[in-house]
Amino acid sequence: MNKFARYLLAVTLIFVSLAARAALTIEITEGVEGALPVAVVPFLFDAPQGAPSPPENVSAVVAADLQRSGRFKLLAERDILSRPFEPAGINFRDWRMLGMDNIVIGKIKPIATGFDIQFYVFDVIKGTQIKAFTVQSKPSELRAVAHQISDIIYEALTGERGAFSTRVAYVTVHQRASGERSFALNVADADGENPREILNSPTELLSPAWSPDGRKIAYSRFVKDHFVLYAQDIAAGTPEVLASYPGHNGAPAWSPDGKRIALVLSKLKITDAPNYDIYVLDVQSKELTRITENWANETEPTWSPDGKYIAYVSDRGGKPQIYRRAVTGGKEERVTFEGTENLRPIYSPNGKMLATVQGNSGEYRIVVLDLETGQQRVVSEGTLDESPSFAPNGSMILFAATYKNVQMLSAVSVDGRVKQRIPESSGSVREPAWSPF
Amino acid sequence: MKALKVLATLVVPAVVLMACSSTPDKPASTTATSAAKSADDKDATAKPSADSGKAATTPIAAPAESKPETKTAKDAAAALKNVIYFDYDKSEIKAEFRDVVSAHAAFLAKNATSTVTIEGHCDERGTREYNIALGDRRANAVRQMLMLQGVSSKQISTISYGEERPVAMGHDEASWSQNRRAVFIYVNK
Repeated sequence: MNKFARYLLAVTLIFVSLAARAALTIEITEGVEGALPVAVVPFLFDAPQGAPSPPENVSAVVAADLQRSGRFKLLAERDILSRPFEPAGINFRDWRMLGMDNIVIGKIKPIATGFDIQFYVFDVIKGTQIKAFTVQSKPSELRAVAHQISDIIYEALTGERGAFSTRVAYVTVHQRASGERSFALNVADADGENPREILNSPTELLSPAWSPDGRKIAYSRFVKDHFVLYAQDIAAGTPEVLASYPGHNGAPAWSPDGKRIALVLSKLKITDAPNYDIYVLDVQSKELTRITENWANETEPTWSPDGKYIAYVSDRGGKPQIYRRAVTGGKEERVTFEGTENLRPIYSPNGKMLATVQGNSGEYRIVVLDLETGQQRVVSEGTLDESPSFAPNGSMILFAATYKNVQMLSAVSVDGRVKQRIPESSGSVREPAWSPF
Repeated sequence: MKALKVLATLVVPAVVLMACSSTPDKPASTTATSAAKSADDKDATAKPSADSGKAATTPIAAPAESKPETKTAKDAAAALKNVIYFDYDKSEIKAEFRDVVSAHAAFLAKNATSTVTIEGHCDERGTREYNIALGDRRANAVRQMLMLQGVSSKQISTISYGEERPVAMGHDEASWSQNRRAVFIYVNK
């Protein structure tokens, strides 16, 4: 506990958006033991006296990205006493004495079209260069370029693809003084910056799901007397009705090739008795294929990354548990055997794990199930955790939690060790969805 | 026992009426409650002689128009109760609410042009899409019971709001128990 407390003091980092609009802030609440010690030396601003500063502090964005991933323990800026900006200026012994494994150095220079950035990644112990890059950026793209630099450094040091240039979608609810509520679907950068509202609705929005190409978000919206399924092109802002059958249309899950969507319908004809089942909709032709057909309710489908299976919730055993079935047909198999109930399954990007919302004695936590070994790990504290979403590199899970009576987003590393809380400044947040790469 | 029933049918609707009318985003229930209420007044005024005839034999001093002895008045009184509650993760209609459902069934069977919408709701626990299905199970449990008692399917429609429209905002059983409910909404009398 003491060690964690020390890490807490050392690694707590809070972002505050300068935008007037509501924004997410990310607070790391638990650091990870064994995080790689790295120093990101503030980049030199290679410009004459009086030149206007860049609109973003690139090395600060990079340091914050690496910190937030939970894989690195960043050296505090005040402890960075020498500021090399090119390989010749590095004294490896000094950095070894500070306990660093790696350092990142660089410089940024104004050019006609914007800025030129050079950066280097070094192995301090061996004294060798790992990466050297030059990149040019327009002023308006500087923050995006900083995230790309973070991706390069992350991959160089962990062997894993970085997810710093991705986005998150989430639903916010605002309550007016009159008591009326409004719902918004928002998209922000993965670090919570640049939030923008892509859809506003006086009625409920559920289950946002990114298309694999990152261009559209499918969601379910309450219209008159039932939920209707839509897809919205994020750039064009135009919503398209995917399914508006009588009864419920919900829980969309795109196939890995983006051509089909698994969804839940409760009736095909108005005279049908309601029965929640999984179907697959061809996005182009709107043709429906039925995946489950039985007296119980099935809902919340998730598509395996190889496109072969759909896992879903079924209450056929009384309490909801996860089952799966091959898309082409065949036997249904039960997948979860621990916990009183399991809901909202999500496959990890590598297909080897399933995150679920597990209920035990009325308390709900995020659990990660290893599909090969059958072992599970509880990764969140509960007790009202829901809607897990994997980062596209599989390293973290974003989910919704209730903390001190406020609904907010939380994130946890897939091994459960790094925990973050993500309050939103103006309203209650739910239903997060992490974008693809 | 009858006395207790009278007390229950007086007290519970009053509490329920208060709960319903304090929900700002559900004007329909307030309309329904007042619609049911005016139906009650109508019935009460239509049969004053029956009420006063029975008044002397009732052990509890209660307002004349809510004497349960006459069938119409009893139905009308029960019809004020337009919410029933469910156990956690369950959609079975509890024994204590069967009379409420029956009262609505009697009203609908007698008034073939009246239609009712049954709303199904859940508490916040569990996941949203699953709760849409659970809310639907609750609404349909009521629908089945109404149909078994002679109501035509054409008179009944159902809506599930899942956990999306709670009446109580706390994160404890006191709030959750109020949110696990089915609501009877009458649009036209």
